Amino acid sequence: MTMFFQVAIDGLLTGMVYALVASGLSLIWGVMDVLNFAHGEFLMLGMYVSYWLGFLINFDPLISWIASGVFCFLLGILTYKLIIHHCLLGPPLSALLATFGLSMILKNFALNRFSPNYRLLTGTLLDGKRTLIGNIVLPMPQLITSIFALVVVFIIYYVIKRTRLGWAIQATAMDKEAAELMGINTERIFLLVFGLGGLCVGVAGGLLPSYLAVHPEVGGLFGLIAFVCVAMGGFGSIPGALLAALLIGLVEALGGFYIAPVFKYVVVFGLYLLVVMLKPKGLFGW
Amino acid sequence: MIKENTKKQDLLWYVLIVVLLLVPFIPQVAANSFTQHVFILILLYASMSQAWNIIGGYCGQVSFGHSVFFGIGAYGAGMAVVKFGITPWPGIIIGSLLAMVVAVLISYPCFKLKGHYFAIATFAIVEIFNRLFMVWYWVNGALGLDYPMVKTGWTNFVWYRTKIPYYYGALILFTTIFSIVRFIERNRFGYYLRAVREDQETAEATGINSTFIKLSAMALSAFLASFCGAFFVQYNFRVDPPMVMSLQVSMVFVLVTILGGAGTLFGPLLGALILIPLQEYTRVLWGGLGRGTDLMLFGFLIVLIMVRQPKGIMGLINEYLNYRKTRKIISAQPEINS
Repeated sequence: MTMFFQVAIDGLLTGMVYALVASGLSLIWGVMDVLNFAHGEFLMLGMYVSYWLGFLINFDPLISWIASGVFCFLLGILTYKLIIHHCLLGPPLSALLATFGLSMILKNFALNRFSPNYRLLTGTLLDGKRTLIGNIVLPMPQLITSIFALVVVFIIYYVIKRTRLGWAIQATAMDKEAAELMGINTERIFLLVFGLGGLCVGVAGGLLPSYLAVHPEVGGLFGLIAFVCVAMGGFGSIPGALLAALLIGLVEALGGFYIAPVFKYVVVFGLYLLVVMLKPKGLFGW
Repeated sequence: MIKENTKKQDLLWYVLIVVLLLVPFIPQVAANSFTQHVFILILLYASMSQAWNIIGGYCGQVSFGHSVFFGIGAYGAGMAVVKFGITPWPGIIIGSLLAMVVAVLISYPCFKLKGHYFAIATFAIVEIFNRLFMVWYWVNGALGLDYPMVKTGWTNFVWYRTKIPYYYGALILFTTIFSIVRFIERNRFGYYLRAVREDQETAEATGINSTFIKLSAMALSAFLASFCGAFFVQYNFRVDPPMVMSLQVSMVFVLVTILGGAGTLFGPLLGALILIPLQEYTRVLWGGLGRGTDLMLFGFLIVLIMVRQPKGIMGLINEYLNYRKTRKIISAQPEINS
């Protein structure tokens, strides 16, 4: 039974990180109806920023998440200005394919500059530390990262629900023309939302290198899982994405442990298909 | 007016076939096997994308799951040659029928979903198939199937010394698939497909069984895609799951079609004509460095085309034709007035 709880806790901790990545994607999807295919690559670059800061000038990931968050925020804004802005006029698929092209550029840029080696940041502040609850081991890096991710998700949710800016974002998501008539600069809101989406992955990516190796392909799976989380949670719903991410983390860990490690993603994607068959608009969709 | 256009298109089509038949006789092509390789790939990718075009372009159901059908076709041929040691033809036929069955089985529930939900569901399906084939012992799992040396000729559909028969094989595939789509485009079925794409509710209100139409389009599309997969493995002599059943391969179907122009007959060919030489020549020029320069350039081009012309190359051509037509009308107007 201890084993079960141990695996479940590990899964939930992973799920919280998925939640942060997914909530950035969910925000973009909900407001602009654009699937950002390069989301995983944003995460990868965020991880590299944090890794190099740690490797070259000994910044701890606990500090350098700020840098990678800002970096991904700017990356998101740049992506919107240069690519998405032009694609919004075209058919809905064009933004997806353009961001697919972008993901190819970023992935191969990382490969070109940083080589395909796996890189892990060692000797960080939390490295090797752990706490015990009963018989369950909680590794500190994972625990802090996950709690941090959860806090950021709550902050984003609070901003959307309770501040004037958040109301403007919600209004834009509901009806762009009406929002413009109310004096909201929707162009700026789109820009900001893309930046915020980048910020979410940037923060997640900043904290990850302390226990997850960085390499150019690391974003692919995260991106795919974020897609699944968002679609499972429902169109643009952050609580939905959070719930779905926790569920996916749990199922991934338990499936990997009790069935076979190779089947864990089969179980995850199977669960997604099952949920979507029963509720075509996701858990919290309407 | 429509009849005149159709006639023009027919003429274009026959000229194209004749030109393609004569390609291997160009001295530069005949002498250089790499040029032949590029031409074969252009025809193969155009055929693949045309198969996708039936469901994705004409019917508007953007499926990212076509690599599953492509892969099933490839494994059908591969299993026949490697595991059973016979000609690939029975494998190809069984694989294609199987792909059709799989397509219907997985699409039926997925067609309840709309827009991005459908797209993500097809992502998930590709990932599931990829992982399952990776550990399926009977099809050699992640090791993949390697072709043994067999007798060359059309019975085995294998040649080692020359690529010209492959070229004609690809041309037959290309002509067949394009002819089918050409036929559908002017057939009642094609109008049903477009009606479902434009507005499913209205189409249903006029008495079209949209689920049946979508399912049959998907089945046809999967059937043709799996033929392309079989050709691919016969040309490549090797198949493993990431090569044929991955999101990368699925994206190729979509990219080529959208780049050329989705829902148009010549779109996939135009897309392949631009994308494939680009991919192959940049790979030759810079791919050897092993630093992804070619893929960076490739990605940059995709972004550029999507940003500048989201309707694809056919959109650009149509715009130009319309521009010419309006100019003609404007210049003709004064005469009518006077």
